[in-house]
Amino acid sequence: MAKLLEIENLQTQFFTSAGVVRAVDGISYDVNEGETVAIVGESGCGKSVSALSILRLIPDPPGRITEGSIRFQGRDLLKLSDAEIRDVRGKDIAMVFQEPMTSLNPVLTIGRQLTETLQQHLNMSSEQATARAIELLGMVGISDPARRLKQYPHHLSGGMRQRVMIAMALCCEPKLIIADEPTTALDVTIQAQILELMKDLTRRLGVALIVITHNLGIVARYADRVNVMYAGRIIESGTADEIYHNPRHPYTLALLKSVPRMDQPRRGKLDPVQGQPPDLTRLDDSCSFRPRCNFVVDRCAKAPDLETVGAEGHIAACWQTQKVVESLRKAS
Amino acid sequence: MTTTQTNAAKDETAKAARTAAEVESSGHEQRRQSVERVAQASDLVNVRNLKMHFPVSEGALLRRVVAHVKAIDGISFTIRKGETLGLVGESGCGKTTTGRCILQLEHATSGEILFDGTNLIDLDRKSMMALRRKIQVIFQDPYSSLNPRMKIGEIIAEPMQVHKTEPNKAARDARVKELLKLCGLDPRFAGRYPHEMSGGQRQRVGIARALSVRPEFIICDEAISALDVSIQAQIINLLEDLRDEFDLTYLFIAHDLSVVRHLCHRVAVMYLGKIVELADCDELYNNPLHPYTQALLAAVPIPDPEVERTRAHQIVKGEVPSPINPPSGCVFHPRCRLAVDNCSKEIPEFRELRPGHWVTCSVV
Repeated sequence: MAKLLEIENLQTQFFTSAGVVRAVDGISYDVNEGETVAIVGESGCGKSVSALSILRLIPDPPGRITEGSIRFQGRDLLKLSDAEIRDVRGKDIAMVFQEPMTSLNPVLTIGRQLTETLQQHLNMSSEQATARAIELLGMVGISDPARRLKQYPHHLSGGMRQRVMIAMALCCEPKLIIADEPTTALDVTIQAQILELMKDLTRRLGVALIVITHNLGIVARYADRVNVMYAGRIIESGTADEIYHNPRHPYTLALLKSVPRMDQPRRGKLDPVQGQPPDLTRLDDSCSFRPRCNFVVDRCAKAPDLETVGAEGHIAACWQTQKVVESLRKAS
Repeated sequence: MTTTQTNAAKDETAKAARTAAEVESSGHEQRRQSVERVAQASDLVNVRNLKMHFPVSEGALLRRVVAHVKAIDGISFTIRKGETLGLVGESGCGKTTTGRCILQLEHATSGEILFDGTNLIDLDRKSMMALRRKIQVIFQDPYSSLNPRMKIGEIIAEPMQVHKTEPNKAARDARVKELLKLCGLDPRFAGRYPHEMSGGQRQRVGIARALSVRPEFIICDEAISALDVSIQAQIINLLEDLRDEFDLTYLFIAHDLSVVRHLCHRVAVMYLGKIVELADCDELYNNPLHPYTQALLAAVPIPDPEVERTRAHQIVKGEVPSPINPPSGCVFHPRCRLAVDNCSKEIPEFRELRPGHWVTCSVV
């Protein structure tokens, strides 16, 4: 499969009064055409910032992409002019945000918001745009789309609004959709509806998807490949099967062990990751997971690079992957 | 690395593995004991046919009530001493309102709430105040539930002042330190402000505050929903340990079904103001009878790609209807896969289908 997006050594920093926050600290990954890649991690690990950086949506000041390249279909997005990147946004790469209430404009009708993009990017006439908008709303499973076009966001429920967001993302037939916690604000049954819809549409239309989430279950159900982030870096990356069945980084292992699973016998006690994530203004050369890690050794004072640890491009940044393997073997 | 270091590291790993196994088995033992204790205990909370209808009014000058939001529409359940009852359901199903009614933060439209035999609904202010000490609450959002202008020590001490349980300042301060330690925080945090702490730490403060007046019953309203996965597990373990140490009774309101399964003895599933199913935890998860419970369980993704590939995904259609104008008959019938004609006409009863397993459905 052809590479659609190649991110190399991306660094995004925020220059605040409290110091320089290294929100994204040198991450590299690829997305192939039509593929679903998940980025998982906890709040503040840089997953959203890394996604916003792709479309250069980082507020400047205080934020700035300080290094790296983001090649999309061969073009480096970081070298484009403002007008050129505006043309990419919403057309080649679309975004679906977490909060459908705040990401839709409350004073414009659904129709106005949908047709705006169509007229802007595809130079459609207003009749053409309306017809296309109706078609799109039907595609995302909204009943009576012609009537919905005249409604305002507050007329719709959270699930419906997220469907509208997806329709907006799809309207210019993008190659890539970035979904930032697309279902976190929704209820479980609605979450399942929205995720199935996104999976179905991306497969059918051949759109690649970057889904950012903290929910390990969603990743397992929908992602082809997974990048696990911690403190601004990717600490492990691989196919979903490799990550879930053969985790090699202690953080990935700890994350998987800390959630109770409904399909397994109830466990006596959960295994939480002790402590707190680090302060991103005070990162040094050492492995940032070191203070919370069960496998720590002296060498951890220098963070290792990502190295191949398994099949199908499975990489992890840890000196102690062998110990993780042993502990997994012992547990089973 | 020298050999001694390697050996030390090995020992360390082995120790970690061993303690994990020990913790695991002691956890099982802890649960078994608590299940046994609960089986013999008497009812602490008894909610009977509780209704909470909020009026919806219209008109600027002549306000008149045009409809009612039936947030809770006739629910009944009991919670035994030492038991944890899980209350699950989607937003707007009335689970938080149920908690607020028990706390007397809302005045229920009708029904009874018996706490240790006393009906809270017709209690006067003074006697309620005395009982209120025994019923505490932990809120969802650790950012908005702590006063940003109060120090952590003051926040935890406030309930003790209100209920006059520790009239002496020195005793209060000592108790604050003890509570902080109990909840896994450094006692020095007493002098800090909430903004200096992370979400998980703030939630621990919320728990310490609830414990400060030695309650019997704690309502945990989405107490872990706002926390990160790795921190959630810490708080779950803390809640479990405290339950066993102080023989606490919890009403655990949540939407995360896997967490509820881990923590609760019994589980009630709510939908649009009604309890649709109530059963022992294992019974409910292994043998869900109500189509809504089944759909809810099927909608939770399991963190394992292999399991997910083989799992049947029956996705419930549509959305939760408005509680102002709920569907006729069974409120779930427009989304139900088992619905028959009669479901839109007849309101199903909350009946005991098997011992201890209650369902509101006339089809199953």
